[in-house]
Order: sequence, then C-alpha cells, then structure tokens
Amino acid sequence: MQIASRISEGFTIFDISGDIDLAHSPQMRKALLGEIKEKRVPKVFLNLKNVRYIDSSGIASLVEGLKASRDTGSRLILYSLSTSVREVMQLSRLQKIFEIFEDEQQALAS
Amino acid sequence: MASELLLKLHLQSNPEALCLVRATLERATELLHFQAPDSRAIVRSVDEALANVLRHAYQSQGNLPIEITCSKLLENGGASGSCKAGIEILLEDSGVPPNPDELKGRSLEDIRPGGLGLHFMKQSMDLVEFGRKNGKNQLRMIKYLVPAAFATKPEGE
Repeated sequence: MQIASRISEGFTIFDISGDIDLAHSPQMRKALLGEIKEKRVPKVFLNLKNVRYIDSSGIASLVEGLKASRDTGSRLILYSLSTSVREVMQLSRLQKIFEIFEDEQQALAS
Repeated sequence: MASELLLKLHLQSNPEALCLVRATLERATELLHFQAPDSRAIVRSVDEALANVLRHAYQSQGNLPIEITCSKLLENGGASGSCKAGIEILLEDSGVPPNPDELKGRSLEDIRPGGLGLHFMKQSMDLVEFGRKNGKNQLRMIKYLVPAAFATKPEGE
C-alpha cells in the first residue's frame, strides 16, 4: 500500500493505492488520525481509485477516522471508490454512513 | 462429495503472507472459472479468516503454522444425488480455540470498528463451518460455482 498526500485549499487529500490489509491498515489509520485529531484539518479527502483490496481492518480504520472526524467537527470524505472498496462498503452497509462522491471534482465541491 | 486436491499452502502467521495467499487464490479461482465477483468473495473470505487466525488464535504472534488446503468440488448429477461444482477451502491452525460467542458475529447497525470479518465470510461463502480436530482449529468454507448465465453483475463493473 502507498499513501501520497496533497494539500488543497487547506484541506488534505490522501491518494491511496494498493492493498489496505492487516499488514498495512495501521499505516492508513495513523495518517488519517494524524490529520483529523492532531492537525485538526477541517476536511480530509481519501482518493480510493487505486485501492486494489481492502479488508475489515481497513474498513475499521475508516470507521475510526469517521468517528474522530465527528468528535472534532471535521469531515472525512471518500471518493472514486474502486470496485473492491465499493463491494466491501456494501457488504458492511456503510455506504450511507460515509460521505462518498464519484470523483475528486464533486468531492472538493461538497 | 467428490473432490480433488487443488493446492496446499503452508505458511507462517505473518501479516505479510496475506498478499501471497490472496494472489494465489485469485489465480486458482480464475482457473476454476469463477466469475470475478465470486473470485473476489473467495479471496476476501480466506483473507479475513487468516486475519482472524493471526489476531485471535495466535494473538499476533508471528512464525506459527497455518495450513490451507483447497479442493476442487466435482459436479456429479448422478442418481445417487447431485453435487455442485465449486471450491472447498480448509484452514487449520494450532492456536487458541475461538470463543463461540464471537462466532455469532455482530449487528451491522452498531457502527464501530472491528467485528466485520466474520460477517464478510458468511455473506460471501455458501458454507462457513468452524470445528476443532486433533488439537487444531479448523475452518471449512465452500463456494459453489455459478454458471456465467446466472451470474449477476455487481454495481460499478
């Protein structure tokens, strides 16, 4: 898994690629919570277009990030979900809990 | 149930091994002509099962043995009864037996991290069966092959 970060208008965008599995989800969790809880960034975007695989530990990290964002009054926004991510979101019935957009343009405009 | 051995994997309880198992199973399910969504479902289920072995049975200790046996289920429509084609996967470990209460899963209405792996397995496979034999935990999972004509296309493909 690789995480690249960008700053846009004071917001953080993470471009994540590869597999978010048991071996790598702690890295994503750390990055997410660092922006939300420590840096208090008002909006954190996750570009999931190039995520080949996500497991339940990856979903748990996203849920933890979402809870942290609600606690701090910020927003965690997901966009460009890959097929694998979309399937797992549906299986866990979380697609209505998260803010999810089709692409970066729509996400940034939200 | 007629079956033939497809592959046997001996691995160590290290999270880095999971990607190797996923890649191997992805190819194996393609060879058995599973449709892409079913192939992903099988890979996901085995990955989640292995993650549970690493976290719970072996309590995150590395270098402990796990064995995966994959068998091809053979179709048999004879008079003695019909069997469907598919894949049977048996996972064995020597770790702590699972707590029966934890095998019930949890409500998805409760939005919190954790506890989704078992739900994914049960949703994705046709059979998920936990047992213990000769001092080892055994998890048996089966996925039947759905003919392409009956397969549904998931959203986003």
